Order: sequence, then C-alpha cells, then structure tokens
Amino acid sequence: MEMHRDDIGAKLGMWLFIFTEILLFGGLFLVYAVMRHRYADEFHQAAHQLNAFIGTVNTVVLLLSSATVAMSITAVQKGEKRKGVLFILVTLICAGIFLFNKYFEWGHKFSIGLYPGSDMMIGLKHGYILFFSLYFFMTGLHVLHLIVGSIILTVIMIRIQTGSINKERYVLLENGGLYWHLVDLIWIFLFPLLYLIT
Amino acid sequence: MAEAITHSYLENTGKYKGILAWLTTTDHKRIGLMYMYAMMVFFIVGVLLGELMRLELFRPGQQFYNAQTYNGIFTIHGIIMIFTVVIPGLAAVFGNFSMPIMIGAHDVAFPRLNLFSWYLFILGAAIALSSQFLGNGPPDTGWTFYAPYSTQTHTNVVAAVFGAFVLGFSSILTGLNFIVTIHRLRAPGMTFFRMPLFPWSLYATAWIQVLATPIVGITLLMVIAERWLRIGFFDPSLGGDPILYQHLFWIYSHPAVYIMILPAMGVITEIIPTFAQRRVFGYKAIALSSLAIALVGYFVWAHHMYTSGMSITARWVFSLLTFLVAVPSAIKVFNWVTTMYKGSISVKPPFLFALGFIFLFMIGGLTGLSLGSLATDIHVHDTAYVVAHFHYIIFGGVGFAFFAALHYWYPKMYGRMYNFRRANMAFGFLFVGFNLLYFPQFVIGIMGMPRRYFDYLPQFTLGQQISAVGGLLLLIGIIIMLANLFSKKGAKAPDNPWGGSTLEWTVPSPPPVENFDEIPVITGEPYNYE
Repeated sequence: MEMHRDDIGAKLGMWLFIFTEILLFGGLFLVYAVMRHRYADEFHQAAHQLNAFIGTVNTVVLLLSSATVAMSITAVQKGEKRKGVLFILVTLICAGIFLFNKYFEWGHKFSIGLYPGSDMMIGLKHGYILFFSLYFFMTGLHVLHLIVGSIILTVIMIRIQTGSINKERYVLLENGGLYWHLVDLIWIFLFPLLYLIT
Repeated sequence: MAEAITHSYLENTGKYKGILAWLTTTDHKRIGLMYMYAMMVFFIVGVLLGELMRLELFRPGQQFYNAQTYNGIFTIHGIIMIFTVVIPGLAAVFGNFSMPIMIGAHDVAFPRLNLFSWYLFILGAAIALSSQFLGNGPPDTGWTFYAPYSTQTHTNVVAAVFGAFVLGFSSILTGLNFIVTIHRLRAPGMTFFRMPLFPWSLYATAWIQVLATPIVGITLLMVIAERWLRIGFFDPSLGGDPILYQHLFWIYSHPAVYIMILPAMGVITEIIPTFAQRRVFGYKAIALSSLAIALVGYFVWAHHMYTSGMSITARWVFSLLTFLVAVPSAIKVFNWVTTMYKGSISVKPPFLFALGFIFLFMIGGLTGLSLGSLATDIHVHDTAYVVAHFHYIIFGGVGFAFFAALHYWYPKMYGRMYNFRRANMAFGFLFVGFNLLYFPQFVIGIMGMPRRYFDYLPQFTLGQQISAVGGLLLLIGIIIMLANLFSKKGAKAPDNPWGGSTLEWTVPSPPPVENFDEIPVITGEPYNYE
C-alpha cells in the first residue's frame, strides 16, 4: 500500500512540538523572572562570575550552525547531495565546539567547588545560590537538547548520504533543521539573561 | 491490498500473530483498545485502593493499618487515578478509536507516534507504580507533590514524579497527533463547522495538552533536581519559594481538569442527539464553548491557592475568572437538555449514563462555585467538601461519561451487543452507590472533616459509614458492568444499532482495517435527523 504522505502535516506536528519545548523552558524562564525580581542585586553580582567571552564564542558558533543547517536544506532541495552532507557536518562540528567550551566552563566551576548541592554553594547568599542553580539547570537542559539535536542531525546526514532524503523528500531534514533552530533560539535567550546582564 | 480492507481490524492480517500483532499495531482502533485495557487495570487498582481507605475510615481511630500506610494509599490512589486513568481517559481510548472514523480518515496523522505514545504511557505508569515497591516506601505527599514536603520526605517521591513526567510526555504527543489529524485529515467537504462535536472537544483538549503539560513537565524535573541536587528553587532555606511550586503545578494541573472533562462533554454531546433523534441544539455554541473552556480554563489555576498566601488582588481576579469558566460549561448543559426537548427519546444504557453524567456534573459544578468564591472557600478549604466536589466532577462527570461512551461505542468496537437489562442494573448500582458515597462527604466537609485525615472526630462517623456503604454498592456496580460487557459474547451488532448519524455508524461493526474503502464526501451537518 502506498504510504500516506503529508509534508505539511509533518511540519505542523514539528511546530507544535517546538511550542511545547518553548513552554518547557518557559517554566524555567518564569522561575528566573521571579527570582531575579526578588534578588536583583545578587543576580547582578553573580553574573560577573560567568565568562562572557566563552559565552559570546558559543553564541557565534551556534548562530553559524543554524545558518549551515539552513544551507544544507537549500543544497538538498537543489539536489546537491554532497554539499547537503557537508553542511550538516559543519553544523555537527559547531555543536562539538559548543560542547567543548561548555565542558571547560562547567569543569572550571566544578573545580572551584561551585555546583548545586556543594558545601560552598549552600554557604552562599540566597541570590547567588539561585542564580547558579538556574545557570546549571538551564544550560544543562539546553546542552541535553543540543546533544539530542546532534543525534537527530547525524541520522539525517546518513539519510542524505544514502539518498532516502533527497530533493523530492526532505521534510525530515526540514524538521531536524527546525529543531536545531530551536536549540539555537533558546541559547539566544539564555545568553543575555545569564551572561550579559552584569 | 483491496482484500485487506474487507477484514475487520480485530482480525490479524499482518506478519505477527496474537499479542505481538497488537503490540506492533499502528491501527488507531487497536491502540484505543490497548489504552482501554491498560486503563481498566489501573482503574480497578485505584478503586480497590479507594475501598481500602473507606474501610479504614469506617470507624474513628486505627482499624486495619497505620497512618503512614494511609498516606501512601491516598497518594497512590490519586496518582493512579489522575495520571493513568482520567487524564489520558476518554481522549486516549475513544479519541483514538472513534475520532479518525468520525472525521472520515483512515487513521491518525502519525500512526507510529500514536503507538509510541502508548508505550510511553505504559512506561510512565510502570515507573509511577514502581514507587510503591522500590526505595524507602510509597510516596506520602498526595498526588500534588507539594513542596517543600515533597523535596524532603524520605519516601520514594522521585519515581512517582518521574513517572508522571513520562505520562505527561505521552499526553503531549497524543494531543499533538490529534491536532494535526483534525487539521489535515478531515474528509473532503467536512469543514470545521461540519465536524461532529466529539472531535471538536478533542481538538480543544489537545490544545490544552500541548500548551499546559510542558509546564508540569519542567516543574516535576525541578522537584527531582531539588531532591537530588538541592537547587533550592522551592526551598526557603536556600532562598526559594514553595508557593512558586504551587503556581507552576496548578498552571498545568488545573487545565488538566479540562483535559479530563472536555472529551467527556464531547461524548455526552454525541449520545444525546442520537438517543433523542434530534439535531443537536446550538451546535456552534457547543463547539465554541469547548474552546472557551480551554482558553479561560488556562487562567484560573490559582483558585486552588486562596489560602496559600496571595495578594487580595490576585485572589479576586482568579475568583472572577473561575466564575467565568462556569458560563461555557452551563451553555453545554442547557444545550444538552434543550436538544432532548420534543425529541423521540429512547432510554438505552448509553443515554442513562449520559443523564447520570448531567445530574452528577451539575452537582459537581455548582458546588465548584462555592469553592470558587473567596469567602466560602476559606471555610471549606482542604475539607471533605473538596473531596466530594472533586469526585462529583471527575468520577460523576468523567467516569460516568467514560461508561456512557463505553456502552455507546461498544457495539462498534466489538461488533457485539451487550445485555441492556444488566447494563441498566449496573447503572442503578453505580448511580445510587456514587451518591451515597460522595454526598455525605459534602455534609461532613461543611461540618469540618478535613481531607486526607486518617482519623476523625466521632460526629463524622455516620457520614463516613454511609460513604462506606456507597463505596460497596459502587464496587458491585462496577463488577456487574464489567461482567456484562466482557464475560460473554452478546448478539451480533448491526452497523448502526442506535440510529446515529455520524460517520462511525456508516462503516461495518467492527470497522475494517482502514475504516473506509473510499473516503466519504461530506455535504451537510453531522446531526441530521429532521
């Protein structure tokens, strides 16, 4: 039997899923807003501890990766399979750079004893505790999404290579791209909230 | 493949046989039944736990088990009933079974995702139930997991919370699937305002599932992080705020009440025109009131928190909005009753259950108003009055609608009829038992009986004992009903046993694998009896 195919439906489903993801993070943004209101000064001071330079690098890297996903879609639509694979590969490399930076950023904080539940953390002022808890929770959940997104893109890259994603059928690639833009978008909000308001 | 179409969906035509054929199916009708079987098991467990509570409360003081066990029992009763029975409830069972046929589709938009949702449902339920047996004993927080207690108790809260998280994810995916299905797969000619009203109610429900559930998802993750990592969001000793937890929890969990009740209302809206043989009164008002309930219902959550400590402004705004949500609910009740006016009514079991629904839902709804008003709520907050109100809505409303739907679509599901006399008898036991069980709780609630208490003062004894008798009758009713439906095969059912006018009655009973040989073209409104 001919499989039922509905690309618009598939994309509608993906957009709805992205809605739910944004609402998932929305709960955290709400907690952030409440706590920032309550401990404005301490949040302000705590943000100085974050390295805005690494944050900026990661922002640029993610923006670039979003662009390359979009370019891959265009390449596949034009039937240029090799370029399509290549652009996804660049995206995955960007994701790797992001994770690499994040690893050292988190690693540094862990090495000085700054992590949720540590004795040092519990001893800090309330505003600091909540700021760093939010920092770890939000960036942690974001990294989790980034890893999931990378796995999805890896599968997509293989499918472009094998030809099951091609210029007639590319809705999976588009949906993977949408998910990747979501990962990017959430970071775009996390970056100023955590790193820049100092 | 033309041959496969003539097979009923109950016959195995794929490469697997027996149970494997069911576990790998992507047929929406089979998935609906699989939800139903799983839910019935959970429902019976939940009922038995409820009966255990009634047994313990038969007399003041300790009877059979201690207070901590009681805390565990009411918590898991709540978790099972809320998260694994009534939230997926009608949408997962009858939404899956009937909705695609009613809109003239071969299946839902994402059949494999649909099966995946079922597995997530089973996984989530298994994780939640494991909290009873693993770790340091059953959770004792109540199904609401209120912080800070839920972040401090030594019982196995994490498993229950994570189970609820997975169940929520399953619910989101079902909602997403239904929205896309209704947007993309309606039969040619079926505009939104030619769509039957059960799919309409599912559409409104699906939006709440998609928009509200993620909030509780992240909140439950925060509780887990709070327990494992001490992030401090809800812990005052680290600067957090327990009230914030209540807000985040109810932002989902109040709309969740509408996730439960909207499909129930949708089913009633199907049953009443069919058994009155009348065009439904106020079609558009019913359709749009579903959306209105979904929309306004999103903004009333803090009426659970009048005594938690909120500004007076917040309290009166939420009270006002709570009263507003009664309006679309009342519109539906008036329209159902008006539909029956001058109808040719045949009182068959599904219709009886629908009438039971209207009666019980009205008591639940009207007592809800006294809870929504600020002054009276202070008096009855956290008393048995709330328990009674809640069960009138959820069991009297959703539960009876579920039984109504079951008796309505049963012939379509299995191609068999059931014994009407026994079904009516079951209804009698259920209806009388239900009222005997829960009505006294209103009375002793006003007298001051707190909810969730293991022990009570002597003046509440009579009320508690009437409740216990009611609980027994209710249990008998459930047994009669299930025995009638599932113990032996009835006579063969015709395609349209009730004279219904929606599309599911135009296909054979049980329906063929892909529902329709040829997708019908819709030229008029769904309830065309005149």
